[in-house]
Amino acid sequence: MKKIMVCIKRVVDYNVRVRVKADGSGVMLDGVKMSVNPFDEIALEEALRIKERGTNAEILAVAIGVAEAQQQLRTALAMGADRAILVQTEQPVEPLTAAQTFLALARRENPDLILLGKQAIDDDANQTGQMLAALWDRPQATYASKLAIDGGKATVTREVDAGLETIEVDLPAVVSVDLRLNEPRYVKLPDIMKAKKKPLDVVSLESLGVAAAVWLKAVKTEPPPQRQKGIMVKDVAELVGVLKSKGLI
Amino acid sequence: MSKILILGEHDGTTLNPSTHKCVTCAKAIAGAQITVALLGSDTAAVAAQAAAIQGVERVLRVDRPENAHPLAALYAPQIAALAADYSHVFGPSTSFGKDLTPRVAALLGVPQVSDLMAVEGAYRFRRPTYAGNAIVTVEAEPSRILVATVRVASFEAAPNGGSAAISARTLDIALPAHTRYVGARSGSTDRPDLQTAARVVSGGRALGSAENFKLLFSLADKIGAAVGASRAAVDAGYAPNEMQVGQTGKIISPEMYIAVGISGAIQHLTGIKDARTIVAINKDGEAPIFEVADVGLVADLFQAVPELERLIGA
Ligand SMILES: Cc1cc2nc3c(=O)[nH]c(=O)nc-3n(C[C@H](O)[C@H](O)[C@H](O)COP(=O)(O)OP(=O)(O)OC[C@H]3O[C@@H](n4cnc5c(N)ncnc54)[C@H](O)[C@@H]3O)c2cc1C
Ligand SMILES: Nc1ncnc2c1ncn2[C@@H]1O[C@H](COP(=O)(O)O)[C@@H](O)[C@H]1O
Repeated sequence: MKKIMVCIKRVVDYNVRVRVKADGSGVMLDGVKMSVNPFDEIALEEALRIKERGTNAEILAVAIGVAEAQQQLRTALAMGADRAILVQTEQPVEPLTAAQTFLALARRENPDLILLGKQAIDDDANQTGQMLAALWDRPQATYASKLAIDGGKATVTREVDAGLETIEVDLPAVVSVDLRLNEPRYVKLPDIMKAKKKPLDVVSLESLGVAAAVWLKAVKTEPPPQRQKGIMVKDVAELVGVLKSKGLI
Repeated sequence: MSKILILGEHDGTTLNPSTHKCVTCAKAIAGAQITVALLGSDTAAVAAQAAAIQGVERVLRVDRPENAHPLAALYAPQIAALAADYSHVFGPSTSFGKDLTPRVAALLGVPQVSDLMAVEGAYRFRRPTYAGNAIVTVEAEPSRILVATVRVASFEAAPNGGSAAISARTLDIALPAHTRYVGARSGSTDRPDLQTAARVVSGGRALGSAENFKLLFSLADKIGAAVGASRAAVDAGYAPNEMQVGQTGKIISPEMYIAVGISGAIQHLTGIKDARTIVAINKDGEAPIFEVADVGLVADLFQAVPELERLIGA
């Protein structure tokens, strides 16, 4: 294991209650707290643990997005990534374009493993890893809750609807991570200082030969229908009465 | 005319209801001709079930030994080959479909629409983003094959009563050997399936232990409910991962959802927005779950749950 590439997406922090713009053109992002996609933190943590287990792999953090996404890459460097690349673009990046971009980076960097989140909590697409694996013509192991590397192979336990499934893939491979894989470490202040000195390259989408494309046109964005506030009951007996009257029990 | 290929989900014996839901979604497209594709080592039994779904015109069986387990790296090239004859490819937004369809889309060089929740036209759909807090209407280019996953909680299962033609397809495609199935652990129980159950009882961090979850199983068995859990309960090991409900777990639409000791974080609520009636039991009257609950009870669960079980029987 010489090199691990980890995808780091800048997204609205998971604690923010997202609001839709009144004109239906999208969601309000002005002044909203932005963070590393929580799944991507888990992906990076796993990469760091593989490194610390003695493989000494180089950890490369990559992002596609606006210039400010450098902040999230700095966080990744502070967590322990060795170097970072931002593929800068002002256009929204859909999963297929993200996959094409990561493919171009993979061909240049030749990682043994690409780790990324199972889904970005903004578009909730759950596509990029699978698309990247297809374009790269390599194995995919999605929704990983356990990952063991053994020579040129990885054994991955996946969280699936029925429970857990284990598959074995040859490296290089793409692994998308689920919540239970690990608990990401906290960043310490000295690490933030150290991260400032680590290399962070900025390149353009075009320089990688990827065209910025609008694959799906977002016609409008609306808030979801609100649920009516219900009633409070004072005790279990009253609860049972209400449920019976609604025909629910 | 829309020719729609649905990726049927099954375990070799039983067709998953997610397939019936995809059919309902596909039927919402005017003039849809619906084919269900089934990959497996022997799909005879499940093909008969798919053929019986109302609205399905054709069932395609692709049987070969390598298809015994649904490995996306093996299934995707086969489906991409089949897709050439279709305008749309739909998979369910289950772990099976979410794993597989993006790989198909990428092989076809097209984007994917994830989690279709409403059909507004053959190439125009609504889908949730930001944990369901922003619903986006998207339009795709009709010159490309439209690949999508169907948000199963948004559609009823299509009923039986059809009799589609079943045919076998042999695809002369070399499959990769780089991905191998090892094994599975499934928490299969006699209880109803979480994703299709009419009633669900769900527990949160407040349960405190796997042992205490038995309180919920007992109540669930009394009312014929499935049991779910919050992420916090799963992370803490009180419940297995397949029980997680929410943005990154299962999205469900039962008639009744009883949330016990669950605070009601945005990510959890995403999973239950389509529940007909939400009942919440929480000892904190300020818990956000009460903002969406149809019926709320402020109480200690360790008293309320056993009492509820007792009084329901009475
Ligand atoms: C990327 C990401 C994805 C996530 N995905 C999901 C997801 O899919 N599903 C999900 O559920 N969460 C998800 N979460 C986590 C979510 O943000 C919350 O942390 C989680 O839902 C909290 O679980 P909880 O309600 O069980 O725990 P808590 O928030 O700790 O709530 C426990 C509740 O129990 C009540 N309580 C305590 N004791 C008692 C008692 N004796 N009787 C009655 N009530 C009691 C308390 O008042 C409190 O309201 C996700 C988070 C992130 C960052
Ligand atoms: N613009 C991006 N920059 C960095 N990583 C991304 C980007 N888009 C997608 N990814 C990665 O792909 C994963 C899945 O995203 P998605 O398919 O959009 O749900 C994310 O968790 C990221 O790891």
